[in-house]
Amino acid sequence: MAMTLHVDIVSAEKELFSGAAEMVTAPGEMGELGILPRHSQLLTRLKPGQVRVKLQGGEEQLFYVSGGMLEVQPSMVTILSDTAERAKDLDEAAAQSAKQRAEQVIADHRSEFEYAQAKAELAEAIAQLQTIERMRKLRKSG
Amino acid sequence: MAGAKEIRTKIKSIKSTQKITKAMEMVAASKMRKAQERMRAARPYANKIRNVISHLSHAYTEYRSPGLVERELKRVGLIVISTDRGLCGGLNTNLFKATINAMQQWRTQGIEIDVCTVGTKAFQFFRRLKGNVVAHVSHLGDAPRFEDVLGPVKVMADAFAEGRVDAIYLVYNEFVNTMSQKPKIERLVPVTAEVKDAAPAHHWDYIYEPDPKELIELLLRRYGESVVYQALVENVACEMASRMVAMKSASDNAGTLIDELQLIYNKARQASITQELAEIVGGAAAV
Repeated sequence: MAMTLHVDIVSAEKELFSGAAEMVTAPGEMGELGILPRHSQLLTRLKPGQVRVKLQGGEEQLFYVSGGMLEVQPSMVTILSDTAERAKDLDEAAAQSAKQRAEQVIADHRSEFEYAQAKAELAEAIAQLQTIERMRKLRKSG
Repeated sequence: MAGAKEIRTKIKSIKSTQKITKAMEMVAASKMRKAQERMRAARPYANKIRNVISHLSHAYTEYRSPGLVERELKRVGLIVISTDRGLCGGLNTNLFKATINAMQQWRTQGIEIDVCTVGTKAFQFFRRLKGNVVAHVSHLGDAPRFEDVLGPVKVMADAFAEGRVDAIYLVYNEFVNTMSQKPKIERLVPVTAEVKDAAPAHHWDYIYEPDPKELIELLLRRYGESVVYQALVENVACEMASRMVAMKSASDNAGTLIDELQLIYNKARQASITQELAEIVGGAAAV
């Protein structure tokens, strides 16, 4: 049996995933992180993006996180996200319209604060859309 | 028929009280279900962040955050979470009793106490006690939002960061089940490993991306906020459960009271009828 690590994904509202996995991929602030069992302890912030959990047997589960923190211990990974969704629960239309709204605000060059907020929202929307895209590909190939 | 009218009005007034307590019981029951759901939803995050923080306290971090170092206690900060409204049994009283006990212990050691209250009941109590209330929020409703706790947590966290308090404790009711709630006093910061240097072989530190100071402070702040938030929703669930139980026993008590009064009333009525009959028979016999 391949080595596994225990993965917990929680958001402020609920627990999304808890169980054994072979590998976790998460969007770290400094770049994408792939974590295998026996990884050294690590602490990082997450940016909006997709978390991929490769289960035993090769099946892959996809989650979307809007940001948060990631803690790695040699045998476990904890993702404390601000908000997270299972990829299949994501709403493409809502993400698409959120993206457009954010782009609109950025294009209008409104106040500094709104600009920063819109940028954050845009990053989230893009990350959601990418997650949906990837899930589609997975479905086609699988 | 002496007193019959008084008894009747008494029964009536108890019946209307019973109606109110029954309604309150039902409202509390339905609110409790929702509060319990919220509590369950908040639990995983708080528990996981507690785990992470406990890992962190075991690590030999390159940046020693004040939140991870034990200091000499001169002044402690208390965050007391209570309800806004009464009529929920001994919930608040038990909580305050536990708090007072802890405070007395600190006082005998010459440690001063700053209190931050959440909910009107705690505020009233500590003001009467002439406690040093430094912050206060209330009227958070039955569904407190995460943002609601940021204010009081910040006041305490700032005091801690500036060295005005040397430890922060959180006081709230723990939801065991519907019938029982337990007052709980938990230390938030400083977080220290319970077993110190038990295994010197485990000298390890995290890899930080990007900056240790920023990350640890962020993590500690999140930890404080989420634990306080969880305590808050847990306390709401306790309030509703406790109120439901208190109102149920009040309704039951009203029921027995009504039964007793009804019995007295019936006896009085019977006695007066018997007396009337006796008088009539006596009168007929005389004629």
